[in-house]
Amino acid sequence: MAEFKEVPADAPAAQKLLNWIDNRFPLSKLYNEHMGQYYAPKNFNFWYIFGSLALVVLVIQIVTGIFLVMHYKPDANLAFASVEYIMRDVPWGWLIRYMHSTGASAFFVVVYLHMFRGLLYGSYRKPRELVWIFGCLIFLCLMAEAFFGYLLPWGQMSYWGAQVIVNLFAAVPFIGPDLALLIRGDYVVSDATLNRFFSFHVIAIPLVLLGLVVAHIIALHEVGSNNPDGVEIKEHKDASGRPLDGIPFHPYYTVHDIFGLSIFLIVFSAIVFFAPEFGGYFLEYNNFIPADPLKTPPHIAPVWYFTPFYSMLRATTDQMVNVLLVVLALAAILAVLKGGFGAKGKLGIVVGAVIAAFLLKVFDAKFWGVVVMGGAVIILFFLPWLDRSPVKSIRYRPGWHTWLYAVFVIFFFVLGYLGIQPPSPVGEKISQIGTLFYFGFFLLMPWWSRLGTFKPVPQRVVFAAH
Amino acid sequence: MKKLILTLVATFGLVLGAAPAHAAEGGIAWDKFPADRVTDIAALQNGAKLFVNYCLNCHSAAFMRFNRMRDIGLTEQQIKDNLMFTTDKVGETMKVAMDPKQAKEWFGATPPDLTVIARSRASHSGTGADYLYTYLRTYYRDDTKATGWNNLAFPSVGMPHVMWELQGQRVAKFEEVTDPHDPSKVTHVFAGFEQVTPGKLTPQEYDSAVADLVAFLQWMGEPVQKERVRLGVWVLIFLSLFTVIAWRLNAAYWKDVK
Repeated sequence: MAEFKEVPADAPAAQKLLNWIDNRFPLSKLYNEHMGQYYAPKNFNFWYIFGSLALVVLVIQIVTGIFLVMHYKPDANLAFASVEYIMRDVPWGWLIRYMHSTGASAFFVVVYLHMFRGLLYGSYRKPRELVWIFGCLIFLCLMAEAFFGYLLPWGQMSYWGAQVIVNLFAAVPFIGPDLALLIRGDYVVSDATLNRFFSFHVIAIPLVLLGLVVAHIIALHEVGSNNPDGVEIKEHKDASGRPLDGIPFHPYYTVHDIFGLSIFLIVFSAIVFFAPEFGGYFLEYNNFIPADPLKTPPHIAPVWYFTPFYSMLRATTDQMVNVLLVVLALAAILAVLKGGFGAKGKLGIVVGAVIAAFLLKVFDAKFWGVVVMGGAVIILFFLPWLDRSPVKSIRYRPGWHTWLYAVFVIFFFVLGYLGIQPPSPVGEKISQIGTLFYFGFFLLMPWWSRLGTFKPVPQRVVFAAH
Repeated sequence: MKKLILTLVATFGLVLGAAPAHAAEGGIAWDKFPADRVTDIAALQNGAKLFVNYCLNCHSAAFMRFNRMRDIGLTEQQIKDNLMFTTDKVGETMKVAMDPKQAKEWFGATPPDLTVIARSRASHSGTGADYLYTYLRTYYRDDTKATGWNNLAFPSVGMPHVMWELQGQRVAKFEEVTDPHDPSKVTHVFAGFEQVTPGKLTPQEYDSAVADLVAFLQWMGEPVQKERVRLGVWVLIFLSLFTVIAWRLNAAYWKDVK
């Protein structure tokens, strides 16, 4: 236990109170560790705004969510009407609801940008692996949260979107149908499903999400923030132990983030007040029709933030499984010939490849589609160990690396776009190429990330005074 | 970096441009609804009158309260006297007396609730109001259908032409057009209406009446829509001023950081 501190008897009341608290709870300590004496690199650029924006959006979602739950009814007969009740009869209900629906999309916008920042500057590299992994878990939670929440308005798209996604679990071999039944709580998406999704959406996932956000921030503040140059500011400290290129988070980055936040809020409010449906991308038009279990909409598309992954699912056809077989065979041959493994290792690779090939053909392509979709998210967890480049930041990587990232982003957008569109033969081919590129980008990273001429990394951060 | 972003934007633009245009799901291209009607109080009141007289007999608007029509300049007494036939409580929602099961027997489908119909019918072909404006103006006589009516925007629709007395009866002329690239493909192309019996309104008056009705439906889909935009302007003005202050505050703190 820390030593009990005394303050002079004539100290101001506020100081006495703070001392009283500090002797019982590490208030000043926490403040200093996370705000007042948390030294962040001074060369952050605009990419570094999205972390704090994600926190703000999380707060928006929680606060608006609390007020929505006061009027929402998780009942298949009442849910749609209760949402319209919020939109019409609850004072300011429309604003709360639009903030929540726009907030869902805004969350994914800022989180995708936040993750891309990590990718650009190697923020997941040692010693920040856990920061990255907590972040990936947050992303997973966010997807679950969005999925469960989307059922609640009980519109046609809510209903059939949930139906399609839950049916994916039915494709899992052996346990699939029972698993889907367990998730739904019924043989079709029904009142039971709505109730459990409501429970997950307002209690279970937010609880986990908040815990992970705290873990993400604690881990970050333990190792310190990365920066656009990817150099460790802790390696150059002054006599009192402060990083020379660091700057206290408060007030410097708080004022910085308030400025960024105000620009974000302009965009956010413009959508909330002038285009809350956002052309059918944030609130899908079909979702203004109450759920009808007997009427399947002609075209079911998930909300935009899921579509890159949904595209990969749709891309996994029987033909695609054959392509994956060829890729698997080539990888195995390459590993045996060039991998430098011993006899046992080679045998292991061959046996493993044969088993994998067998499973690929035995199980339905639909199941492999689910695996591909899940794998596209899970693969992100391994990024810290896939990237073998000698430098962290894209700034000091070979020029063609930048282009590779650009192509990656283009494919991500194209996959997202194709996921919104109804299936077409050309779209299917493009999304198959996109899927192969996506996985190739990550799985071949241990090799390509080492290739090329790297630029010298400076000792200290590059900073131009404002 | 800037070059990179520009390239990304350009490439994505190409992909979007190359995609095939959305074809309307059955039915013709939609006419443009005169959107200024939604802010025209007289038009909305006329639309309300048409709505309760022609639509509310079969369709409900179960999330819409009668007294909400105060927002379009009507008093509760006016609403009670002129617009309420099914209930005498002005705080009630617009329910319908017809039994849904019977309705399904008569029309083949339960008439949908119309509260948010204008929002739900939007698509990439246009707004929901565009659709409704087209739909209510493209009925024609078709004796092959059970109701004797058909529609260009909603082929084989279950609903008969409720406002036929206003528009009069029309038949549609179709032409057989052979595909120039494939002579075996023959498409049925709409080639105009022919008025059989005159309506109570001239075609221009009818279009205007439908525009008023659709304006009401559009307003009813989100009664707060005008207020929302009005408020949004103030919010953005405030945020813009706040951004300037935040920008200068940030600059003031950072000017000493070397």
